[in-house]
Amino acid sequence: MESIGVLMACPMNSYLEQQLENRFKLFRFWTVPDKSSFLASHKDSIQAVVGNAFAGADAKLIEALPKLEIVASFSVGLDKIDLAKCKEKGIRVTNTPDVLTEDVADLAIGLMLAVLRKLCESDRFVRSGKWKRGQYVLTTKFTGKRVGIIGLGRIGMAIATRAEAFSCPISYYSRTEKPEIKYKYYPSVVELAANCDILVVACALTTETHHIINREVIDALGPKGVLINIGRGPHVDEPELVSALVEHRLGGAGLDVFEHEPEVPEELFGLDNVVLLPHVGSGTVETRQAMADLVIGNLEAHFLKKPLLTPVV
Amino acid sequence: MAVAAENQSQPPQNDLPYVLILTPPAAFSIFGDHFFHSPKFQFLKAFESPLPLSQFLLTHAQSVQAILTSASGSVTADTIRLLPHLGLVVTTSQGINHIDLSECRRRGIAVAGAGTIFSTDCADSAVGLLLDVLRKVSAANRYVKQGLWSSQGNYPLGNKLGDKQVGIVGLGSIGTEVAKRLEAFRCSISYNSRSKKPSVPYTFYPNVVELAVNCDALIICCALTNETHHLIGKEVLSALGKDGVIINIARGPVIDEKELVQCLIKREIRGAGLDVFEHEPDVPVELLALDNVVMSPHNAVCTTESLEELRKTVVGNFEAFFSNEPLLTPVPLDDLPHLSG
Repeated sequence: MESIGVLMACPMNSYLEQQLENRFKLFRFWTVPDKSSFLASHKDSIQAVVGNAFAGADAKLIEALPKLEIVASFSVGLDKIDLAKCKEKGIRVTNTPDVLTEDVADLAIGLMLAVLRKLCESDRFVRSGKWKRGQYVLTTKFTGKRVGIIGLGRIGMAIATRAEAFSCPISYYSRTEKPEIKYKYYPSVVELAANCDILVVACALTTETHHIINREVIDALGPKGVLINIGRGPHVDEPELVSALVEHRLGGAGLDVFEHEPEVPEELFGLDNVVLLPHVGSGTVETRQAMADLVIGNLEAHFLKKPLLTPVV
Repeated sequence: MAVAAENQSQPPQNDLPYVLILTPPAAFSIFGDHFFHSPKFQFLKAFESPLPLSQFLLTHAQSVQAILTSASGSVTADTIRLLPHLGLVVTTSQGINHIDLSECRRRGIAVAGAGTIFSTDCADSAVGLLLDVLRKVSAANRYVKQGLWSSQGNYPLGNKLGDKQVGIVGLGSIGTEVAKRLEAFRCSISYNSRSKKPSVPYTFYPNVVELAVNCDALIICCALTNETHHLIGKEVLSALGKDGVIINIARGPVIDEKELVQCLIKREIRGAGLDVFEHEPDVPVELLALDNVVMSPHNAVCTTESLEELRKTVVGNFEAFFSNEPLLTPVPLDDLPHLSG
């Protein structure tokens, strides 16, 4: 398969890069000085694109690659791929579900604990030497807090299972109610926000869920409420969130994703009720390896004309 | 404070029984002196008196029926012997290693602690610290807040919590809550305790070294006693190994801090999450430079909610004692291990 051209959209994982280089003819899109002329001269060699949460295959790229057969995403989220265009052209799409579910759910809980119990700030307090001069402030108990989950898919359910071990009552919003699920369903995000202490975004990013966290939802969550986002930055109206936090209209936030990564609103840097992470939801050695193996496995299956491992389209 | 000092030298203004406080509990500095107020007793605050403690105790010896203490204030045999009418010691902590329990047992003095009200907060801290160390939450948060994500690129990968073998040292109330939580993260739980607990589904190891050999993370949840002092030393840390993590939400002296610091500096273990230290509030300066350590200022129980529970428990215990009713959270003194003072 060394003659098969694979275009890697951006740097994402050195193990994956190495594996792709060993098995295919790898093109690193980010190293190309002039992307349009590169595409023009290589359009007939590229049969696969490997993307991730930052860069995938939009309509423009798909149109520029007439020999494109498969887009394999190093992520479970598909918001960077024009799925309709892929369907139209018979291009296969794969992602990396399941292998990252636990890590993302673990991190959601980690963020809840970090925000409510001020773990990062406590660490900073000790490192600064201030402990010698007095005690740190009281924090907020996590056990028993009401957790509201937007999107009860694999990741949402995994978050629910973990939060239940802390005796947290679980409620959710989903496109449709799931009658087999024992958690309380709310038919709107605003109602969910009004009835929970911690609101977690765990749904896919689509045109419908863009800015699903808006001013109205933030107001409903309120000055004691905490927002956790392990979905996608565009789920949240970021300027609204920033002003709510700065003006103390929202109790706190734990954010792993942002509208314009890696840019993060600087107004959030000085807030002790906010924890900011650089999109590390699936960022463990173990999981990134498993994700890379899935990407390679899907590509090999496709070019060997075997069933895809984790097809989306 | 001048008014209060004046009150100390006056005769009791009412018939309310006295509770002696030697050192002020942390709750006073957070909420004020009236935090444990009750209409059924009054406080005698030794720390507000200009008299040296021994003289203060001699002056008030006949009035004192009960003591309120905290983890930072020892109730020694010497103090107890100066108080002939002492019937109850209440501590604001779950730990009781700072009270001379043998002397209490000898004198028939009851002891009441925080019971299990802090167990869930302690367990939450333990899990939070473990997640923080493995997933580098505090370190990555620092990175982002210094603006380094946009200038220096992606943060190094952390390590998965799920499927890890977690060893709990001390499967009491706190250890049990930790186990219950980590099971939901798909960790396998094993433990070492003074004795095997028959009704528990976790694997028991008869000593901490064997436990450490067989796990990826050790969570210290045991009481501080003569037996557990420096329980975690060079041998246990070596057994834990270079991928191992240690979390301490119990008492600093359970771990040989000097050994731990060396292991962390030399990367002989992966990381540590520490709420307690041998000489609080001093923290080994070498730890301040390490990214694989997460520290907190002995505040694993310091939530608004738990302090309110504590208030009710402390006041409730004193009120029960003075009404000759059963204590809310008595510490059984009959089957004591040799507890360190």
